[in-house]
Amino acid sequence: MDIWELVLECFSTLTLNKMRTGLAVLGIVIGIGSVIALVSLGTSSQKSIENQIQSLGANLLTVIPSGQNTGSVRGALGGGTSLTLDDAKALSLANLPTVKLVSPEFSRRSQVTAGGNNTNTQITGATSVYASVHKTALASGVFISDSDQTSVGKVAVLGPQTAIDLFGETLDPIGQSIRVNNQVLRVIGVTVAKGGTGFNNPDDAIYVPLSTAQKLLFGANYLSTIAVEAQSQEVMTEAQNAIGYFLLARHRLADPSEADFTIFSQNDILNTAAQVTGTFTTLLGGIAAISLLVGGIGIMNIMLVTVTERTREIGLRKALGAKKGLITAQFLIEAVILTLAGGVVGMVVGIIISYILSLVLSTPFVISPPSVILAIGVSAVIGIVFGWYPARQASRLQPIEALRYE
Amino acid sequence: MISVSHLSKVYKNDSVETMALDDVSFEIKKGEFVAIMGPSGSGKSTLMHILGALDSPTSGDYILDGQNVSKLSDDTLAQIRNKKIGFIFQAFNLLPRTSALKNVMLPMVYAGVGRQRREEKAKQALIDVGLGDRLDHTPAQLSGGQQQRVAIARSLINDPAIILADEPTGNIASAQAGEIMKIFEKLNDAGHTIIMITHEPDISAHAKRVITIKDGKVVGDRKNGHLGTRS
Repeated sequence: MDIWELVLECFSTLTLNKMRTGLAVLGIVIGIGSVIALVSLGTSSQKSIENQIQSLGANLLTVIPSGQNTGSVRGALGGGTSLTLDDAKALSLANLPTVKLVSPEFSRRSQVTAGGNNTNTQITGATSVYASVHKTALASGVFISDSDQTSVGKVAVLGPQTAIDLFGETLDPIGQSIRVNNQVLRVIGVTVAKGGTGFNNPDDAIYVPLSTAQKLLFGANYLSTIAVEAQSQEVMTEAQNAIGYFLLARHRLADPSEADFTIFSQNDILNTAAQVTGTFTTLLGGIAAISLLVGGIGIMNIMLVTVTERTREIGLRKALGAKKGLITAQFLIEAVILTLAGGVVGMVVGIIISYILSLVLSTPFVISPPSVILAIGVSAVIGIVFGWYPARQASRLQPIEALRYE
Repeated sequence: MISVSHLSKVYKNDSVETMALDDVSFEIKKGEFVAIMGPSGSGKSTLMHILGALDSPTSGDYILDGQNVSKLSDDTLAQIRNKKIGFIFQAFNLLPRTSALKNVMLPMVYAGVGRQRREEKAKQALIDVGLGDRLDHTPAQLSGGQQQRVAIARSLINDPAIILADEPTGNIASAQAGEIMKIFEKLNDAGHTIIMITHEPDISAHAKRVITIKDGKVVGDRKNGHLGTRS
């Protein structure tokens, strides 16, 4: 009896009790399906976070003031006033070989009104360099120019979300007026949507000339951020060090531990995000793996019931000359067919679910081939592991005992 | 052909020992048709299991076709059951939901006979027992007598040295039982060795020799030919 014949016979046995076979397979379908869907959900959200961070600008270093010490109380990170426009100008003029562009920025949340609408959003004072450093493109109109900066121009560029919040879907915001802190600004441009959420959503923002933000709107003479674009990905660390030492020297500080600023690289943020989403993926995969284990135990249970039910058949087969190995093989193959079928169906279900999730959450659709191959392999192994014990029970039945069994 | 000498079988149940067979010896030659008779509990089923290589004796020797079968591994015993013994059971023991043809093919599957040859031989065997028109019927679609004829076809399929029948007519209406016994007689006439366990005297009358067992011992062994029940 060759293996193919054995497989065919197992198939016909399994189709005799379709309901039970279906339910046993369902456990594995759910297990494999959830492993694939949840791991895919994890990887795709990781991918989407990476894309979002990348879209904020490539090779980006962000310098923010450290919290200031008032006596023994240390202020919040980024709340300081230690960075100034002069720092940014000096950094730009220093022509550090690893530094490409320097963008001085001042941000604060504020209430904005236009006609009857109002919203609370992030107002960012920026210079013409900002658009290039942060890869901000314009959907219509123009960005803040150098002359807007020198003339303290009363102009604003809106993020697409803010434009809708203030002017609705139909009205073209260009040329309209908005009011911020009792100043009337004219809208000169709307940026392209980048897709983002939360507090630093680039789509929900208003850009004004830095000078306007500092002098007219908020009366501050310091910067909240200096964004620096490094020459390339490879020199990020070098650039980070060069900027650090340059600013330390400018602030007349000898020891890096006394620094009144902090430099983040985009890599740091990416790594942190990757770590978080990696943990998240592992967690989801782990939960799914438990359901797979439960499915495997379900298969073992069904196989044990089958062995008991078919005791007479096993006895007869042994009486007619079936050897132990063949009986073992028969029941093992039945179990593996069950789990493999469950694995294949589960894979299809998992891929469909992850596709639907990617549409609903508008994240990229990512299926890694290794996870699919692994799922199929795991389902076969589950069949062998959980089918082995019932199969051995079957092969050990004594033919007379089994024939007598009612 | 078959030689049983000083065969004993003791069942241990907790601390109680039951002597199912007690020093049984006999010989059966090729071509004989032997009925083994005895009341229930006499040990005839135990003897049948040992003769069928389904069980091993506690002591003594059982030589089948020149081979000592008393102490062999499970797998070797399986091989002997497959090649040398044709079983016919009281409850027929056909695979349920499986066609007559496939049931008859089963012992050949375990003997490693090729698919095509298997089908040809099984078809012929079913035609020989008068079931040529019932090849695809499952046991549930056949009468008791027909099921037992499928079982007879199955028992013959690997050309065994002996045919071992355990109460072959026990579950069959008496009209059909006669047909089954006619098949047995025909097989015996064709040279097959048949050992049949029964407790019914009119069934044992079809055999040429009757061995009687009581309390695990052989208490009678007589030729049956003079009764003239065979035509």
